[in-house]
Amino acid sequence: MDLALILSTLDATIRLSTPLLLACLAGLYSERAGVFDIGLEGKMLAAAFAAAAVAAVSGNVWLGLLAGIAVSITTAALQGAAAITLKGNQLIAGVAINMLAVGLTTFLGIQWFAQGGRTPQLKAGERFTEIQLPFSAELSGVPVLGPIYADLISGHNLLVYIAVIAVPITWWVLYRTRFGLRLRAVGENPKAVDTAGISVILLRYQAVLITGLLCGFAGAFFSIAQGSGFGNNMTAGKGFIALAALIFAKWKPVPAMFTCLLFGFLDALQIRLQGAEVFGIGVPVQAIQALPYILTVVLLAGFIGKAVGPKAGGVAYSKER
Amino acid sequence: MTDPVHNGDNPAQRSQRTAAASSDLAIELIKINKRFGAVHANRDIDLKVRRGTVHGIVGENGAGKSTLMSILYGFYTADSGEIRVNGTPHEISDSRHALALGIGMVHQHFMLVDNFSILENVVLGAEDSAMLGPSLARARGELTRLAKEYNLDVNPDAIIEDVSVGTQQRVEILKALYRGADVLILDEPTGVLTPNEADDLFRVLETLREQGKTIILITHKLREIMAITDYVSVMRQGQMVETLETKNTNPEQLAELMVGRRVLLRVEKGPATPGDTFLSVENLVVKDDLGVIRVKDVSFTVRAGEIVGIAGVAGNGQSELLESVSGMRDQTSGTVRLKGTPLSLEGDDGAHRARQAGLAHVPEDRQRMGLVTAFEEWENAMLGYEDDPAYGKGIILDAKAARAQARERIEKFDIRPANERLKTANFSGGNQQKIVLAREMERNPDVLIVGQPTRGVDIGAIEFIHNQIIKMRDAGKAILLVSVELDEIRSLSDRILVMFDGKIVGEADPATATELELGLMMAGVTDKKRAAAPARAAAEGKVP
Repeated sequence: MDLALILSTLDATIRLSTPLLLACLAGLYSERAGVFDIGLEGKMLAAAFAAAAVAAVSGNVWLGLLAGIAVSITTAALQGAAAITLKGNQLIAGVAINMLAVGLTTFLGIQWFAQGGRTPQLKAGERFTEIQLPFSAELSGVPVLGPIYADLISGHNLLVYIAVIAVPITWWVLYRTRFGLRLRAVGENPKAVDTAGISVILLRYQAVLITGLLCGFAGAFFSIAQGSGFGNNMTAGKGFIALAALIFAKWKPVPAMFTCLLFGFLDALQIRLQGAEVFGIGVPVQAIQALPYILTVVLLAGFIGKAVGPKAGGVAYSKER
Repeated sequence: MTDPVHNGDNPAQRSQRTAAASSDLAIELIKINKRFGAVHANRDIDLKVRRGTVHGIVGENGAGKSTLMSILYGFYTADSGEIRVNGTPHEISDSRHALALGIGMVHQHFMLVDNFSILENVVLGAEDSAMLGPSLARARGELTRLAKEYNLDVNPDAIIEDVSVGTQQRVEILKALYRGADVLILDEPTGVLTPNEADDLFRVLETLREQGKTIILITHKLREIMAITDYVSVMRQGQMVETLETKNTNPEQLAELMVGRRVLLRVEKGPATPGDTFLSVENLVVKDDLGVIRVKDVSFTVRAGEIVGIAGVAGNGQSELLESVSGMRDQTSGTVRLKGTPLSLEGDDGAHRARQAGLAHVPEDRQRMGLVTAFEEWENAMLGYEDDPAYGKGIILDAKAARAQARERIEKFDIRPANERLKTANFSGGNQQKIVLAREMERNPDVLIVGQPTRGVDIGAIEFIHNQIIKMRDAGKAILLVSVELDEIRSLSDRILVMFDGKIVGEADPATATELELGLMMAGVTDKKRAAAPARAAAEGKVP
């Protein structure tokens, strides 16, 4: 394989990993605080729709991003109300969000834009475009390192860079700040947090809202950065893959990044392999498309070992015995 | 910005707090009431705690001790009543407020984050600023100082789940001291400790008292009250019965006040009349989950009509022995015979086959192995025997019959509340134990294996449970008793076997063996070595 092919595969890997990574980090905050979140998918989908719709109507990509984030945070707050304040089942709350998002985005899409659920095609100023980092053109001539810088590191849209920066920030917040210490504690033993005089409820809401924020970025990536408009169910289960990545990474930010890159690479490979022939027989495209998902299952089942999540995860906190 | 939690670490504020204290009472509770639904957990409670004393609060489970202390600590709010700290009335609305007033609590179930380091646990909730670094650095220095002052040595970087329960408790005490606690509440602190660790704890408490701290000790162990407290308050059914000076009272009086009737602290039993050998264990070898050999070639017999007690410091292979003989854990080699017939105990259904053969088992940890606490009482009352025809035909369960039987047993074993539809988790420890005992004893087995029958059980229930075990013996059953409570072993057993490091190191007659002799054997000191070993340390059960 030549350098250009490798680079373009890796380039696709980064692109495909971005929403996974954002969603994975989103889930990390919530789950580290003891709120299981299978509603990542729903929040991303809602954000993707809102971002595309507002960007299309206003003609402004930033308003689109803000709308995506706002909708995602609102959805997260709704989920939080059900799972934290009302002490509902966290899985059911997540499932409800997912179903609501699928139904509502399609319904509103058809009602507002009458394009079978799609939002209008976004024009240049209405979506995030590639950013060329300084000197990328000048350095592209340098052998090996030049193309790596110019093609792989430079030339992505803003949200890709946000995802990358979110990793060290998350690590820093988690391990170097008071908020992070409390966040980790509340997912392990909320009673210890409560008896230390800290509000469990407030902490969990803060975590869930951060989850909403990051899901907003992830959703916006689909519709106003990578794509140029919203399509039905365009997140295609990425929220669940992100959840799998989170477990695979044992709820830690840096391993989460590598896991998401791995899953993104599998996806990139899948695209590259489409139309490939094995022993002269064409492999059906669906079989190849299914590869990343199959590998996800295999990796989770076979290589992860024992993944112990935050101990108090999945249970609403209540003072009573 | 000053965090209210930290004022204990600020000398100016600390002296201010002391200056405000005009009376010699650290804590005064006046007419405290608290209800949980229909339960009146605290009824017009008055309590005065003098500064610089160890004040014991005794009472049976459910007497309202923990509720009262949770109110003082701000975890619950009282429905009515007044709390005075150093003579000044305060509304303690949450734990943060209590901490700010210098009240710290060591809960029965530790409030620690298992995968955090000791340092992180101490700092949690008492951080100085939004950045963690400076807080951790300051806490590290402070821990060193506290460790010196109170003899509370810990490694700040050790992870909680890797350290012993005794150390975890030290961390809880350190947490309270770090937050500047002057009043320290300890809720059943020795329930989870080995005898050695309990001794260490008492030494720490004495140091704390010498340094002028006030300690409130909640317990139901009268021995501890007599050993360490200056004053003792007795609670019963949500009410404060009496406060006494410890030197003017005795365990019998306290027990009577707790239960509301006279209690026999000694077990009364006639001499044993042993018959045929019912249970024989031959050359048993058992490994634990990590593959370490914990039972090393153990042989013994239990005859009909006798109680054989196995004494030993916890963790010397007793648990593995029990689990293996009852069929819960596969044996590596050896034979277990019931009335001469070898039992096949291998595999997942080993325990089931043992029960079918007439070997009943009351496991050491009733909540983990003896009961499904989320079930209703009647469901637990038949658990393990649910395929008995008495409970239904084929796949159909006759719930009516099962409940009727459960009701009978509730009556016979005086299980309270007498409601077979109540969730098992809502019964007290003693009553949960009675549910298990009733289930196993009522099958009328030939051999009964009992592990820690009275761990976490009230005095009143202990008396009842001991009498039931004696009754079984007198009915001609063979009973194997394992307990870490040496008193229990000595008062119930007809024969004592001492286990040390996976081996039976000696046998003793409870009528003649002294505590010192048993203690030496439990520490693995045999006659030859005795001269060399310091007898005192050995008697405390220290493992060399």
